[in-house]
Amino acid sequence: MNFFSRAFPMPSHSLMLLIVWLMINSTVSLGHILLGTVLAIAIPLLCAPLRVPQSGIKKPLKALLYVFVVLKDIVVANLQVALLVLGPLRKIKPGFVAVPLDLPDTLPITVLASTVTMTPGTVSADVSKDQKWLYVHVLDMPDNEQEVIDLIKNRYESRIKEIFEC
Amino acid sequence: MLDISVILVAIMLCIALVFNLWRLLIGPHIVDRILALDTMYINSIALILLYGIYNRTPLYFEAALLIAMLGFVSSVAFGKYLLRGDIIE
Amino acid sequence: MSFAVELTISVLLLIGGLFVLVGSVGLLRLQDLYVRLHAPTKATTLGLGGILIGSMVYMFHLQGHVSINELLITLFLVITAPVTAHILAKAALHNQVDTMERTRNKHLIATAREQLPPEKNGQSKEKT
Repeated sequence: MNFFSRAFPMPSHSLMLLIVWLMINSTVSLGHILLGTVLAIAIPLLCAPLRVPQSGIKKPLKALLYVFVVLKDIVVANLQVALLVLGPLRKIKPGFVAVPLDLPDTLPITVLASTVTMTPGTVSADVSKDQKWLYVHVLDMPDNEQEVIDLIKNRYESRIKEIFEC
Repeated sequence: MLDISVILVAIMLCIALVFNLWRLLIGPHIVDRILALDTMYINSIALILLYGIYNRTPLYFEAALLIAMLGFVSSVAFGKYLLRGDIIE
Repeated sequence: MSFAVELTISVLLLIGGLFVLVGSVGLLRLQDLYVRLHAPTKATTLGLGGILIGSMVYMFHLQGHVSINELLITLFLVITAPVTAHILAKAALHNQVDTMERTRNKHLIATAREQLPPEKNGQSKEKT
């Protein structure tokens, strides 16, 4: 066990490196599997000292579900943005919103900020130093800005909370 | 039919690249120019993939992947430079 | 190559090209930087996704096996596009880029630049 954790400081990263290596070469031949395994062991060993401890994904199934929800939202977001861009510009009412965050760690916040950027009409602009507020730029602000905050909190943040169990 | 649609999409992408270049030239602020450059990277990836379809070869994916990575790294580097640039406050 | 496959690839390519074009039109047409950020990050990502899937279907028919490289490019772009947008928005906040006249909650820009939590009286202003 001790040897294992020393040889693979980041087991999931090693697996991902191997898979990405095979994807880049788009083969499953033995030579590439061997070379990929060597890389998957060597790179985490070199990078382990640089690592900042992060909370891991506790529920992979929910994470997969979340990916599909976000993919669907990306398509919807694109249609909305396309309509706004091609329509009359006078209709666009931009604005800033500060969303209160409830996530304790940097990785969940990063995931939330990325999702917010990819989904309808919002781009995350900054995070306050105490990691309690996420500043978001909204492309087309509804009259009641609480709607935007509620959407982000209910649709994305609650799911991220479940995935990381925090 | 595929040939016609490939050429049509290539024309669209070239128009998009011209728009990006226009924004790169007039961009009132430097961040606008970086954004235009970043969009140009992504559009040229699309153009390279289209060229691969046109020539019926999968050889160009590596080039597209390289442009994607270098484009991302350079945009982030420009952004980081701007963030450090004015610490007069 | 059968007609149906050609049609599928053509439709995917055309949708992709259209979205990329819309993203660039937005980049040129919209008025201030923060608004402009929305168009390329979103529309261009989906447009490139469409072109990549079309290219994937085409290569599948050309070679007989799925080539996963395109999937890798799509994945890479979906991960990196928000990061670039976030960094650029941050740089814009830091450099005090002008915003549109009718942008709401402008007072948040100052606190966001300092990375401070929004002020309490600012919040009460939001409500009104």
